[in-house]
Amino acid sequence: MSIDMSQFHQVFFEECFEGLEAMESGLLTLDMGDIDSEVINTIFRGAHSIKGGSGTFGFTVVAEYTHIMETLLDEMRDGRRKVTQPAVDVLLGSVDCLREMLTAIQNEQDVNDASVAKHKSALEVVLNGGSVPEKLATPVEQESVKEELVINTAPEVAQEEPIESQEQGWKIAFCPYLDLLKTGNDPVRLFRELNELGELTTIVNIQDVPGFYELDPEECNISWDLKVVGDISDDEIKEIFNWVEGDCEMEIQPLTKTVKAASAEKKNDSEPVSVIADPLPSPPAAPVEVKPKVAAEAKKSSAQDSDNEAAKATTAKASSIRVDTDKIDTLINMVGEVVITQSMLGLVGENFSMDKVGQLKRGLAQLERHTRDLQQSVMNIRMLPISFVFSRFPRLVHDISSKLDKKIVLKLVGENTEVDKAVVELINDPLVHLIRNSLDHGIEMPADRVAAGKPETGTIELKAYHRGGHIVIEITDDGRGLNKDKLLAKAIEKGLVEENNLLTEKQIFELIFMPGFSTAEQLTDISGRGVGMDVVRRNIQSLGGNIEIISELGKGTTIAIHLPLTLAILDGQSVAVGEETYIVPLVSIIESINITERMLNKVAGKGETFRLRNEYLPVIRMRGIFNVNSGNPTKSKEGVLVVVEGQGELCCLLVDELLGQQQVVIKSLEANYRRVEGVSGATILGDGSVALILDVPGLVRFSVR
Amino acid sequence: MASILAVDDSASMRKMVSFTLRAAGYDVEEAVDGVDALEKAQARKFDCVVTDVNMPNKDGITLIRDLRALPEYKFIPMLMLTTESGIEKKQEGKAAGATGWMVKPFNPDQLLKTLLKVLG
Repeated sequence: MSIDMSQFHQVFFEECFEGLEAMESGLLTLDMGDIDSEVINTIFRGAHSIKGGSGTFGFTVVAEYTHIMETLLDEMRDGRRKVTQPAVDVLLGSVDCLREMLTAIQNEQDVNDASVAKHKSALEVVLNGGSVPEKLATPVEQESVKEELVINTAPEVAQEEPIESQEQGWKIAFCPYLDLLKTGNDPVRLFRELNELGELTTIVNIQDVPGFYELDPEECNISWDLKVVGDISDDEIKEIFNWVEGDCEMEIQPLTKTVKAASAEKKNDSEPVSVIADPLPSPPAAPVEVKPKVAAEAKKSSAQDSDNEAAKATTAKASSIRVDTDKIDTLINMVGEVVITQSMLGLVGENFSMDKVGQLKRGLAQLERHTRDLQQSVMNIRMLPISFVFSRFPRLVHDISSKLDKKIVLKLVGENTEVDKAVVELINDPLVHLIRNSLDHGIEMPADRVAAGKPETGTIELKAYHRGGHIVIEITDDGRGLNKDKLLAKAIEKGLVEENNLLTEKQIFELIFMPGFSTAEQLTDISGRGVGMDVVRRNIQSLGGNIEIISELGKGTTIAIHLPLTLAILDGQSVAVGEETYIVPLVSIIESINITERMLNKVAGKGETFRLRNEYLPVIRMRGIFNVNSGNPTKSKEGVLVVVEGQGELCCLLVDELLGQQQVVIKSLEANYRRVEGVSGATILGDGSVALILDVPGLVRFSVR
Repeated sequence: MASILAVDDSASMRKMVSFTLRAAGYDVEEAVDGVDALEKAQARKFDCVVTDVNMPNKDGITLIRDLRALPEYKFIPMLMLTTESGIEKKQEGKAAGATGWMVKPFNPDQLLKTLLKVLG
């Protein structure tokens, strides 16, 4: 039968990447002083599964590579080898190498042999105790060992002497122990296999079978003398008896030799009496040349490594997602409800008369509820825990902090906070950038920290939580904090701000998001790769989120990112402006107030403002900025002020009236038309008309200008 | 047709094994580790068990030992799938009551051939 193995490849790759992640986080948690055997076991299992799978699915390079890792991990698992920091580092490197190999194979590209060879030799160096190995068993040779030593065979002489008899074949004395059947092996099956090799004659010895009353049917009391004729290699015979070795006494001899009948006396205990082949000593391993520079190369670091990082980053995108079965069950339940409601409505519609209106309305209300629940459940499927992103950071912090000689611990909080898959995919790069910044510029060198009266080890906390319809991700470090005066001086020097401008603390911090602003005294390879904070902010804004900074000099910095939970659906408030309908995202609305024209104040040079309690807020006339002239102009004498918040600033939108609140499906305007200032997207309303979704932060910026 | 319990923590291997066996007409149930397998084996009797060795929660060898202790599984063939090249694992498996083993990597044909050995 031929089976297309490629159908399992996708699952295999996913599993491998999951395994690699588990290995990586395991390796990172290994505490040199106190080795947790369960952790090592987990890491070992990762390597082991990848090896097994890659061998089966024909990825020999991967199998060979993981074999070495597995050998090393096996020794660590058994305590034969100490777990050392260098070994862990090499294993971490191997995890990366495997990831690259698998990615290449998955994308049907060539595996980077040079990089593989480099990591492989680094592994081998560790495996050989750090010294340059003189002899090295390559995986292929080790693999071949396993098929040796199978059975208690005939004396070696028998193998050496050519068989001279005309009648080729083998004579086998087979005397199973009483317990043979209890391993699930059946002598009859063995004989049938022998019979396939050549003509088989059997002589049954039943002298040991006890009388009927003593007979235990679960025991095997019979022994056999077998003769099989044909041109059969001893390996073929051994193969058949492979599984019963240790459960029987047997002698296999070529037909020319006289065979001593197997011991007729059976012992009741199943202690093996005959000589069972001891595991053979490993055959001499083939010497493999290892050039001395290998060890040096293995240590050589960053240059190529950083080249590889771009490649590593691309592995982040997963084309499929794993969904909790609970979520699917809920979904199926919901579909069931919808089907029931639909058939109920169908029944109402079949013989409709006016007295059934009440029933119809109830049914429609039910359908609405179910549709909403169904939508929620479907959206839930897209929700992934943020740990998908966070889980990569312990490694990043480990690598970079050792490169910088800083001591840093990373704390993860709220990793199970769920967020839309699209957000998960897009938030990774900005987060990497921010964490690198914290590592490089935020946390001070250990000596500086001690001098400042802080603990030597710096802490970076990565925290995620839900607030309203948003997910908030905070990156907090207890480093040196932002220096306001320095920032301001720099901005003035670069001509980004005018000298006598009075800026609030917040506005000063915002400066670092300006294009062309970099405070690092010198660019390092950790941060400052030409991708500035302005790009980070732009990326986050393109996700519909915003970013803010809280910092205290000497104490540390917190960067908070607010992102919508989902990019596909939004709770909106429909507002009417003339004959047009606009959608204001509900999350950004603080309150709405009925006003008349008189309540607005005109301020010279600043447009109109509205006094809300004790604050004067800028007013944006929607009719004005969107050029709406339709509708009843007298209506604009009075209207509704919608107070909205965007990026921490408040402003008022003057609209004609509020319509309903509803969930709207966001359609991209850019994809279908082009970007329009003040508009973040469009949606299609129940009556088929198109409504624009307002970009509140954009409007707020507009009002401030 | 014979019923087989296929046990492996690796989804791809499990899928490969069960797909192959199903295609050959066997009635296959999958289990993700030893604990899951033991539960499933107690719920109904299988004609054969094919298990991976290295698994979380309960490894294949312990599973075989536990199954052999059950009266219904005293004589049922149990095969272990192993990548361990050493004989120790095989001996350990045999001591636990394994019928035989298959060394990974193997291809679907080898798997079916081996099964015929115990299910013929």
